[in-house]
Amino acid sequence: MANFFDIKARKAAAAEGSSKTPTTKQEPNRMQPWVEKYRPKTLADVTAQDHTIQILTRTLTSSNLPHMLFYGPPGTGKTSTILALAKQLYGPELMRSRVLELNASDERGISIIREKVKDFARQQLSAIPPGAAGKAYREKHPVPPFKIIVLDEADSMTQDAQTALRRTMEAYSRITRFCLVCNYVTRIIDPLASRCSKFRFKSLDGSSASARLEHIAEAEGVKLDEGAVDALVRCAEGDLRRAITFLQSAARLVGATVAVSAGKRKKKGEEEDAMDVDAIGGTVTVRIVEEIAGVVPDDVMARLVDAIRSPATGKKRGGVMYEKVAKVVEDLVADGWSATQVTGQLYEKILYDEMIEDKCKNRIVMVFSEADKRLVDGADEHLTILDLALRIGEILAGKG
Amino acid sequence: MALLVDKHRPRSLDDLTYHHGLSDRLRALAQSGDFPHLLVYGPSGAGKKTRITATLKELFGPGVEKIKIDARVFQTTTNRKLDFNIVSSVYHMEITPSDVGQYDRVVVQDLLKEVAQTQQVDLSARQRFKVVVINEADYLTRDAQAALRRTMEKYSPNLRLVLLANSTANIIAPIRSRTLLVRVAAPTEDEIVSVLTKVGTKERYDIVEGLNKRIAKESGRNLRKALLMLEAVYAQNENVSENTRIPPPDWEVVITQIADEIVAERTPAQILQTRAKLYDLLTHCIPPTIVLKTLTMKLVSKVDDELKPEIVKWSAFFEHRIRTGSKVIFHLEAFVAKFMRIMESHSMGLDF
Ligand SMILES: Nc1ncnc2c1ncn2[C@@H]1O[C@H](COP(=O)(O)OP(=O)(O)OP(=O)(O)O)[C@@H](O)[C@H]1O
Ligand SMILES: [Mg+2]
Repeated sequence: MANFFDIKARKAAAAEGSSKTPTTKQEPNRMQPWVEKYRPKTLADVTAQDHTIQILTRTLTSSNLPHMLFYGPPGTGKTSTILALAKQLYGPELMRSRVLELNASDERGISIIREKVKDFARQQLSAIPPGAAGKAYREKHPVPPFKIIVLDEADSMTQDAQTALRRTMEAYSRITRFCLVCNYVTRIIDPLASRCSKFRFKSLDGSSASARLEHIAEAEGVKLDEGAVDALVRCAEGDLRRAITFLQSAARLVGATVAVSAGKRKKKGEEEDAMDVDAIGGTVTVRIVEEIAGVVPDDVMARLVDAIRSPATGKKRGGVMYEKVAKVVEDLVADGWSATQVTGQLYEKILYDEMIEDKCKNRIVMVFSEADKRLVDGADEHLTILDLALRIGEILAGKG
Repeated sequence: MALLVDKHRPRSLDDLTYHHGLSDRLRALAQSGDFPHLLVYGPSGAGKKTRITATLKELFGPGVEKIKIDARVFQTTTNRKLDFNIVSSVYHMEITPSDVGQYDRVVVQDLLKEVAQTQQVDLSARQRFKVVVINEADYLTRDAQAALRRTMEKYSPNLRLVLLANSTANIIAPIRSRTLLVRVAAPTEDEIVSVLTKVGTKERYDIVEGLNKRIAKESGRNLRKALLMLEAVYAQNENVSENTRIPPPDWEVVITQIADEIVAERTPAQILQTRAKLYDLLTHCIPPTIVLKTLTMKLVSKVDDELKPEIVKWSAFFEHRIRTGSKVIFHLEAFVAKFMRIMESHSMGLDF
């Protein structure tokens, strides 16, 4: 305990530890999914949320903090940011005693929240020991005189629980700060939201996400083919976590074949280190990324569009060739393509087709809107896509 | 006596006879040590579970096959007791939270935390983490899904999830974002034929290629269904030929009847009669969506091309209502009534 805060000693110990790790086979880091391994450790590591990070970085020196509300789509860095901020504010030793994280996996009924928050808020503020060690610690971490309560995934809290929270928040505001994190800001009741400074986390744009992915790829020794990063970003739709998971799987996929052949080679008593997949791994290509992301291949989509556009023959009024559409849809469903993915790609194909009149497009978007709602409600994918395709067909054929 | 479906289930990735590319991918992931959370989706009967069980074996070795079944009791915040079955080995656990309906969150919350907070007991285990397989993940309530989110991140050193689902549409975006999506396509008809031949040989059946082809086609690329059909055909016939009748399941016979009747007679009396049959199907636990879809496909094959899109339109409409409403029978019946109207108007030359 004496040198618990002796940073020099700890650094030395850490260095010793890390110099050992490469020799031990089961390096713990390697066992982690990359999304965790590359979770930003400091505010500076968080990419793309410049405005938010800028403001939060300032709070590191100001020793005050408002209540906060982080909102934005999945995988944009909300949880990472608050955790990084807390770590920088309090440092590793005080994190536990100063920060309470409650998320959707915790019981968050009204009374439970109140109790947990109360218990936590009432505990004495843990302090830094006096003396040189404490001073050194303080130099690295401001340790402001309040605690932070993180309510992650707050949009899954009931209205009642949120209402109760409001009073709790006020009661302890002198010594606690709340940070609410959610995807949908509209699900947070107004009285709560209005007490917080709001930070919007933007869906990650191309260049910043690319930079992060390239950084990870480099650290992991993954070779990326031309366009692969763009494909990752595009398929992940602004969700960096998804992009990283895709990258990891793609890397494993191309690395795997190498690992197998390397294993064979080893038998013949050649290169001992050939098992290091990353060093000689294959290259991640656009196609592999798309395959992993579940993107429906172009030729499959083309078949669907063809079927939709093939008019029924021998009829007075226009119509679609039912059999053709039905067959393509049946195959799509049997092949397991996700209906959401199919609707998304079909939308792009139809709406960006300049040969289709705007008048038609106006009616077609209504059909897409209906289909999307139904899918989210859990309607049958087969019927929904079949209906969607047939209706688009009828509209294009001037009917329906 | 075990059903053929279970008896000849492949046990390792190498034994799987189709989707070799996917098997390679899974093997690569299993061997890499940083196995991600998975969301495995695809039509039913495509072999998702078999494939995942094989992947677990690749991850942990034959020990995962030593399973036991526990009955557990969970308590809700309102003090309700929930009985719940868990299938597990030393390395993994398999649960079906939809068994407890809207209370699934409690189960997911308690159980996963419990697993996550205990380390792998077997020190010689190949992986540090345990795997929890969640069946019917697309039926998890939003609350239960929300409860998975942070657990999946926080406890990732000790815990990996494998979610099995028919579709990803009902899985909330934050969960999709935390998993690697693995699509399992249904086997093609040819692939089904080769499985049937393989299983048939093991069972010492007289293999008839033509019959196997017909079974594959009738099964709608559903391997489980195809194997059940194969077993039924050989159980019911001494001698099997290319043209041996493939007995359809009872419920399908009823639906065919309904279709025939409502095409022939479009009257309120007929609706009443149909209602009784629909009830019967529902009380025999045939899922309403299956009833509606099967009925729709049968009807569509009996009407003019011109009407087909209209019938599909209403079928999709009422299927959605079944999902979001509460009285299944209302919507099935409404579909029947709507169908009759479309037929009537059409036969009178009116626009429907
Ligand atoms: N802005 C970012 N900068 C760097 N890495 C990021 C960023 N956003 C996401 N990531 C990566 O994605 C992972 C998930 O991010 P995080 O947990 O912060 O998402 P979130 O916004 O809380 O999502 P959710 O709404 O699903 O909870 C991180 O571990 C990190 O690897
Ligand atoms: Mg989060």
